[in-house]
Amino acid sequence: MTVMEQFRNWLAGAMPDWAAYILAFIVGVVAILIFALVMIIVFVYIERRVVGRFQVRLGPNRCGPEGIFQLIADAIKVFGKEDIVPSKGDFWVHFLAPIVTFVPALMIFAVVPFHRGAVFTDLDVGILYVVAISSISVVGIFMAGWGSNNKYSLIAALRAVAQAVSYELPVVLSVVGVILLTGTLSLNKIVEVQTIPLFLLTPLGFLIFFLGTMAEINRSPFDLLEAESEIVAGYQMEYSGMKWVLFYMGEYGHALAASSIITTLFLSGWKGPLLPPFLWFLIKVLIVFFIFMWARATVPRLRVDQLTAFAWKCLLPMALINLVLIAAEVIWFPEMLPWMMVVVNFAVAGVLILLWSRLFALGGGRVEV
Amino acid sequence: MKFERYGIGIAKGLMVTLKNFLRPPVTLQYPEEKLITSKRIRGNELVWYVGKCTGCATCAKHCPQGNIEVVTHVGPENTYIVEKFEVDTGRCMFCGLCVEACPYEAIFMGRSYERATYRQKELVLSKEQLMLSELRQPSGYARPKIEALLPRQKLLLYWDREDGQKLRWFPWRKRSKN
Repeated sequence: MTVMEQFRNWLAGAMPDWAAYILAFIVGVVAILIFALVMIIVFVYIERRVVGRFQVRLGPNRCGPEGIFQLIADAIKVFGKEDIVPSKGDFWVHFLAPIVTFVPALMIFAVVPFHRGAVFTDLDVGILYVVAISSISVVGIFMAGWGSNNKYSLIAALRAVAQAVSYELPVVLSVVGVILLTGTLSLNKIVEVQTIPLFLLTPLGFLIFFLGTMAEINRSPFDLLEAESEIVAGYQMEYSGMKWVLFYMGEYGHALAASSIITTLFLSGWKGPLLPPFLWFLIKVLIVFFIFMWARATVPRLRVDQLTAFAWKCLLPMALINLVLIAAEVIWFPEMLPWMMVVVNFAVAGVLILLWSRLFALGGGRVEV
Repeated sequence: MKFERYGIGIAKGLMVTLKNFLRPPVTLQYPEEKLITSKRIRGNELVWYVGKCTGCATCAKHCPQGNIEVVTHVGPENTYIVEKFEVDTGRCMFCGLCVEACPYEAIFMGRSYERATYRQKELVLSKEQLMLSELRQPSGYARPKIEALLPRQKLLLYWDREDGQKLRWFPWRKRSKN
């Protein structure tokens, strides 16, 4: 029984069932919204400070102690900005695009377990829901590109669609590996089943899922759709004021959602010794986000053909082999000890990475794929 | 077998950025701490010596923009007495030609760089404002004899820190002096 159900039952003692249902729903939604928005603000602040440190500078540190009010100052500035809609653009598509991009990031948190049983709705098909919802935001980006009536925006939108279509497959296939190992689709149960974190059991799946989500949430080095050097600011170019902020928050909301999902699926969610579970969850989310930032500070942006080639030629076959391997292990060796599985899977992952690296040989100053 | 082809290159790059992450920042927290300029710098201001100036107006003649205005009259000992020595530093580009031209070493480049004012006309500096003061120190620029006496310096700009030029994690915090 989840915390939400207990809360609903407790409310039902004092009021009719339908009122308890609605009230519990509202309280849960508000709690999740507050968590997500606060974490987005924290993430933006952390990203600015940490990327600053990666570039051997300080980052914002003037507004308030250590610059924690910098984002409030930025928000006030952005509120005062004019909202410009291109005259030849499609007003409604242009208007709805930021919302369609931002809302799925929040919707993912409906199934993320923050604590033992602390999940808004313990969906039986939780991970399916996550996969379905997380690909909606691409529609928003495409709407932004289409509604802006701008060639660069449209190029960015088409890139976003190509990227999402390419990286959805390896991500889903690596998730299938997790489902095979845990035997459930519910995120809550996936965490409860994980005695050892799953990134040890399926290292290759973890790597594929990590890279694939990084591409899906359009973080660097896969941020082709806002490549400043090629297409100015991509799909965000015709946006200003609060609409632009929604895109910006959507970006970080997706980063937060992706970190939460990676934590839940592969890093055993809220489980951990000594500290309270919610704190463990936050720590793991921040570690995953730090790796995102680390990759952003290190790896340069890929070319478009490199991007899709990496998905189709590298990640997809590897994800398939990983899936077959895990399926074989689950079906034929159900009594296999976990540590033996760890050894075998790490060895296979190493061999596969070595083999596939042959396809991406360096030559003549450019990466040939 | 080149390991750069097997993802080692990315791992190396990650380690490089991590090293940079762990380094203290190079950012200068400006109002709290300021860079010291070299004593030889061709700075952002002029220093004028009232005793040395004969009012010959060589500097005014050499100024490419005509920023220097010198008004004199003949004094009792048949010398010029400088009535007015004004420099419009708003238009000055600090080329240093006046300093190089001065035959009596009466005008120097200064070492300071904080010259912002709220009004444009405040940039036109009079005699009194151009004179030597605690904030307005001369540099050794184009004065070889004076420059030879100055201590040796490697950098044009350097930190004002007790522990030398090392980077610090919280440079704007005052270090407790024991």
